[in-house]
Amino acid sequence: MSRYFTDEHEWIDVEGEIATVGITDYAQEQLGDIVFVELPAEGTSFEKGDDAAVVESVKAASDVYAPISGEVIETNGALEDEPALVNSDAEEDGWFFKLRIADAGELEGLMNEAAYKKFVASL
Amino acid sequence: MSGNDDIAHIEEELPLQALPLDGWHRARGARMVGFAGYHMPIQYEGIMAEHGWTREHAGLFDVSHMGQLSFSGEGVDDALELLLPSDIRGLKPFRQRYSMLLDEEGGILDDLMVSRLGGGAFDGADIYMVVNGATKYDDMGWMIEHLPDEVVMNHMDEQALLALQGPEAGEALATLIPETADLIFMQSGLFTWRGVPLWISRSGYTGEDGFEISVPAAEATLLADALCALPQVKPVGLGARDSLRLEAGLPLYGHDLTPAVSAIGADLGFAIQKRRREEGGFIGHARVMKELADGPGSKRVGLRIEGRLPAREGATIHAGSARVGEVTSGGFAPTVGAPIAMGWVSLPHSAIGTALEIEVRGKRIAAEVAPMPFVPHRYRRKA
Repeated sequence: MSRYFTDEHEWIDVEGEIATVGITDYAQEQLGDIVFVELPAEGTSFEKGDDAAVVESVKAASDVYAPISGEVIETNGALEDEPALVNSDAEEDGWFFKLRIADAGELEGLMNEAAYKKFVASL
Repeated sequence: MSGNDDIAHIEEELPLQALPLDGWHRARGARMVGFAGYHMPIQYEGIMAEHGWTREHAGLFDVSHMGQLSFSGEGVDDALELLLPSDIRGLKPFRQRYSMLLDEEGGILDDLMVSRLGGGAFDGADIYMVVNGATKYDDMGWMIEHLPDEVVMNHMDEQALLALQGPEAGEALATLIPETADLIFMQSGLFTWRGVPLWISRSGYTGEDGFEISVPAAEATLLADALCALPQVKPVGLGARDSLRLEAGLPLYGHDLTPAVSAIGADLGFAIQKRRREEGGFIGHARVMKELADGPGSKRVGLRIEGRLPAREGATIHAGSARVGEVTSGGFAPTVGAPIAMGWVSLPHSAIGTALEIEVRGKRIAAEVAPMPFVPHRYRRKA
């Protein structure tokens, strides 16, 4: 399994043709206390860059974009009852949705963990 | 592009200024944001934690961006009664009132606190006023235009302003200044702490018991350190200040109150005492009297929202197919444990219990007009 990162502060775990997507620990820290996560419906197809989810913190609503193109096959139901999971465990249990990858070639432009860390340090 | 847009653009381009406690906030790990032209702390450890701490203990807020003004001179009461719809002549020394500046059409230019000074505070001035930070320069311009030459207005920008709010605020402040224990809600006094003169009122904008403390800017760090060294007190940022005041049902200028809305519609008629209604003689009186008689076109209301999706400022409010209003502040309410909002709706839809819908990202969510405050006020009204 490999993990990729975007400059929009999302992480993507790729296992075969399935990608699990969430926001990074840096992103949850910036957003603050998360009180609601609006997830896409299963079966929705996204083009890379589409609005895919909305994270509501106490202070504001923020869009989460589809980091790659694909079809939503599962969403994290645990976030409905406990949106704060995104704060406490952003990069594991706080995942948002799983996509069936439409174009694996889109992964090529993304960062690995070391590159993302460097990117965050530069902000 | 209109002329107004140009002005707004220029204002945004002005560099943010630092308040007296800027370094103090940063040293305590605050996340700073631009607000009302200043760098301000939005949060330290997190809005939810700071909100909860204030409701249970005591939070220290830096509100030094607000405008602190003093007024003195011959005829100051009469002059201010032209500008404010509240009873100023009947305001006793050391007492404070909530009031507003209204324009000729009765629109709200700002909301504010006004008190009569005493004990020689602020060089023996007569009246002390605290106005909103984002509007203070406009307010001063408006007031200068309407005040007679005999009345002197002084912008005390060498004073910082701290708010200590929460059920343990009284006990905390009394450990530094025992005499403050005798103050009741909306009462003020001049106190001395380590040789520093402090003008302290028992008031605030969280719905909790608490104080607002005007302190010379040079001594603000010393006082903030002394307060935060107490076990009851932690610093709290603007984020929690907003969620606390929303739960308390208190309107925020620039959002819930604007020049486009009226005092009666805003449910602020309590700030216009009987004598002022009857006698008039203040700017905006005609609109107040008309709306007291005929009712306002729309009203500021509280809204309880079904589910967990917050409705925020700008979301439209609907009754069936008709658009009947707009949310002017909203968010998740930590003490309530659910999203709440404040908004303006047309009069026929403003009664408590009216079922409405709010549109959030193309979806309609159910809401109900609810009594405010959402969390009961806990002011200290008796000694």
